Amino acid sequence: MTVALEKPENADTAEPAEKTAPVAGVRRVSRRMVVAAILVTWLVLFALLRGKQTLTLAAADLTDLHRWFNDVNDTIGADRNSNPLFLYFFNEIRLVIDNLVTFIQSLISQPSDGRPLPQIGWLGVVGIAGYISWAVGNWRVALLAVAGFTFFGMQGLWQESMDTLALTLSAVFVALLFAIPLGVWAGLSDRFNRIMTPFLDFMQTMPTFVYLAPLTLFFLIGPASATIATLIYAAPPAIRITAHAIRSVPETTVEAADSLGSTRRQTLLKVLLPMSKRTVVMGVNQTIMAALAMVTIAALIDAPGLGKTVVQALQSLDVGTAFNAGLAIVVMAIVLDRVTTAASGRAEAARRSGNRFLKWRRPLLVGGGVAAAVLVYLSHTYVWAAEFPGEGSTGSTIASAADDVTTWAQDNLSGITNAFRDAITNGLLNPFQTLLTDSPWWLVGAALVALGAVLGGWRAGVTTAVCVGLLVGTGVWSDSMTTLASTVVATVLVMVLGLTFGVWMGRSLLVDRLLRPTLDAAQVMPPFVYLVPFLALFGATRFTAIVAAVVYAVPVAIKIIADGVRAVPETTVEAATAAGCNTWQIITKVQLPMSRSALTLATNQGLIYVLSMVVVGGLVGAGALGYDVVAGFSQGELYGKGLAAGLAIVLLGVMFDRITQAAARRASA
Amino acid sequence: MARQARQWRVGAAGIAVLGLTLTACGGAKVGDSSADSDSSGKCGTFNLAVNPWVGYEADAAVVAYVAEHKLGCKVTKKDLKEEIAWQGFGTGEVDAVLENWGHDDLKKKYITGQKTAVEAGQTGNKGIIGWYVPPWLAKAHPDITDWKNLDKYASQFKTSESGGKGQLLDGDPSYVTNDEALVKNLKLDFKVVYAGSETALIQAYRKAEKNKEWVIGYFYEPQWFLSEVPLVKVNLPTYKTGCDADAAKVACDYPVYDLDKIVSAKFAKSGSPAFDLVKKFNWTNDDQNVVAKYIAVDKMSAEAAAKKWVEANPDKADAWIK
Repeated sequence: MTVALEKPENADTAEPAEKTAPVAGVRRVSRRMVVAAILVTWLVLFALLRGKQTLTLAAADLTDLHRWFNDVNDTIGADRNSNPLFLYFFNEIRLVIDNLVTFIQSLISQPSDGRPLPQIGWLGVVGIAGYISWAVGNWRVALLAVAGFTFFGMQGLWQESMDTLALTLSAVFVALLFAIPLGVWAGLSDRFNRIMTPFLDFMQTMPTFVYLAPLTLFFLIGPASATIATLIYAAPPAIRITAHAIRSVPETTVEAADSLGSTRRQTLLKVLLPMSKRTVVMGVNQTIMAALAMVTIAALIDAPGLGKTVVQALQSLDVGTAFNAGLAIVVMAIVLDRVTTAASGRAEAARRSGNRFLKWRRPLLVGGGVAAAVLVYLSHTYVWAAEFPGEGSTGSTIASAADDVTTWAQDNLSGITNAFRDAITNGLLNPFQTLLTDSPWWLVGAALVALGAVLGGWRAGVTTAVCVGLLVGTGVWSDSMTTLASTVVATVLVMVLGLTFGVWMGRSLLVDRLLRPTLDAAQVMPPFVYLVPFLALFGATRFTAIVAAVVYAVPVAIKIIADGVRAVPETTVEAATAAGCNTWQIITKVQLPMSRSALTLATNQGLIYVLSMVVVGGLVGAGALGYDVVAGFSQGELYGKGLAAGLAIVLLGVMFDRITQAAARRASA
Repeated sequence: MARQARQWRVGAAGIAVLGLTLTACGGAKVGDSSADSDSSGKCGTFNLAVNPWVGYEADAAVVAYVAEHKLGCKVTKKDLKEEIAWQGFGTGEVDAVLENWGHDDLKKKYITGQKTAVEAGQTGNKGIIGWYVPPWLAKAHPDITDWKNLDKYASQFKTSESGGKGQLLDGDPSYVTNDEALVKNLKLDFKVVYAGSETALIQAYRKAEKNKEWVIGYFYEPQWFLSEVPLVKVNLPTYKTGCDADAAKVACDYPVYDLDKIVSAKFAKSGSPAFDLVKKFNWTNDDQNVVAKYIAVDKMSAEAAAKKWVEANPDKADAWIK
């Protein structure tokens, strides 16, 4: 999206960039020298001071800060029933959200009012899904929606899917209620945007495990807590993208509206909002995806639906059943993604297809509505339309196929995978981790600040210094450095894979079509489903955690790089071909250099996504911050330490985000 | 335009007629057979926490089945971790926890501190915690089951994670463990590596038995996985009362835990028949293993597993509701 906007600019500046290249070259070489100098100094000092002032803290040890967090948490819990804030504020919020969720559940998933079945049965839901998809999108996505929803029934997961859908819809609805106005505000006011950004960073990088237990204290166990946990994570994309959409409306258009004498309100309602509608819908799309990513985590506080099936199946290592439920989540994500994407492009598509379509549209809408209503009525009344027929035999077929594949992979691949794991661990991860954890903290801190300042400018340097200071304050410095090492290694792997596949996808539409659904699946499939076979292949090690993070983060990097490569003007590529460049030269000399901003964006997003998997890594042997967070969630005494570890993850995220963004701005300046 | 609109009106009417025809030959209506749907009698709703391990799931399945079918309660099972389940006693969201492993910290906080929970007797299950090795290893090197010989084999247990020492694998952080202190105080050349979840731990043992790999780690009984791979326990210095008083200086084996039941203070006073059921609920490790095996290995639903066991052991189940 951003790349598309930059396209004309790139084309214009292509030539001047060529001319200024030598100057920039000299500067970059010198910057490279500085970076090298910093690293050499670090290595020398490391050799001298190894093992001193490393600030290590054993797994069960706490600092005063951690104990203080514990006390605060306990005090809140003890006052719950007398505190007016709870009685009149949190309880009211809980009631409203509980009622909303229960209402949707009674419509599509749970028995209600003495009925043994929900108000609307499977046929009605399928009908409504198809109708709405067609009305807001087109007939192709409508078919996809009908097929997808019917598939849930065939998997034998109808009720679970509907529970998940009910929870996701409520969370997205409540999130948008806040996110769109806030996004518009952030789009209009620079100051509000600056205030908002750190909060959004916080909401997106703070591991959910940290606030899951307190949430149940505030909003009790039940749908309200699950919805709120989901929306905390899911709202930020909508806010960011709405703000971005408002900002990208061309200034000339706004000026024209102003000069015609429209008030601010009119400008907003008649110019800004309509013109940014398309992008805002993309924000809604991202919010839905983020909400679905939370399905399994919300199941840990008793959120009903597919997440529970996954979590329970994994207690007995039943990969097949977990995969079946995971697949339902993937299908739901793909359906919702394609429908909202079609919805955002619909206005344009309709305009292109001409008047004929518009004339037919209204009566067709009415007719479709009537048909959907009939289906709803049928499914309300008759058992055959209310309860999905059959035993879900497709589901058991999928489950046993998944089991077979897993068993085969475990039996046949483990020799190769162990060698690979040991090579990466001993060759890359261990030396790097030793350098980070065994250097004195002030040395690592100074090196990070210096690198931040050189790569991102003095502002980034200051941010890094603040983050390093706070990291020391959290008391989990040593664990942070262990996590940092794994994160950097994972990001390097993400970029290697991202470049390979991103360039391939960017150069060929066919490859794009084939790969994209797999990438979507990798992003929304609950990690634990594929982690069980990974555990069998790689054992409970840091490497398994790295692989998990790579699987989750690589799709984003690939997509961004592919978009960047595709945005390189075709004429430039043609000119290079005419000049006799071979494919390799075109990629390395033309396409990659020209999509440099996409590459930095991919690195940035890759890192953030890798960081969001730190906690999952803690569940499969990564130890360090991820384990601290998980332990804090499970043991009252360690709650404070878990919170501190969560904060440390946020700090690492902010630090890297600011450095890479500043570096990106420099690169494109 | 007008003509088209008329056409579509006709079309819509057609669909409606089609709908009505379908209705005429529709078949069974929802709610027709509502004979046994209102079973919520004097018992009311019973909120049962389900902690995330299969043994607990077996307990919950059987208790829920009896409460539902013999007492007419409406049972709501809530899948929660221990800490959150106990927190739910105070807020009224949870009535009972059926399998508590020690957890003196939680008892102190909620029973003696906030007074929102009370004890409701033992489950009859004996909880054993300790260090286990896969059976092939115990067979090949029988002396490994004595902790004094562990150092001899330490180098075999080395992995990419253990930094040159032997690896002692720990699982889910919510489980009771002194392993780090034990390694230190017994002066073993081992390092505790945190797998972070029970799933990771079981997978490690399963793979170790299959490929004859060296693994030693934390495990516990009763656990369904032992019926698949009968792990062998390593003997640590014998437990004596009080030898684990100071967590940092522990140098002895884990005690045998008498697993017990905890209920919310409100529920205990409610006079609900479900409370009496929870209080009298008692069975052996073998009973639990049978039901856990139905769920984990035979992949039965919790409900079906409970039904099978209750029907095979009517006298035991009946004793709980007398």
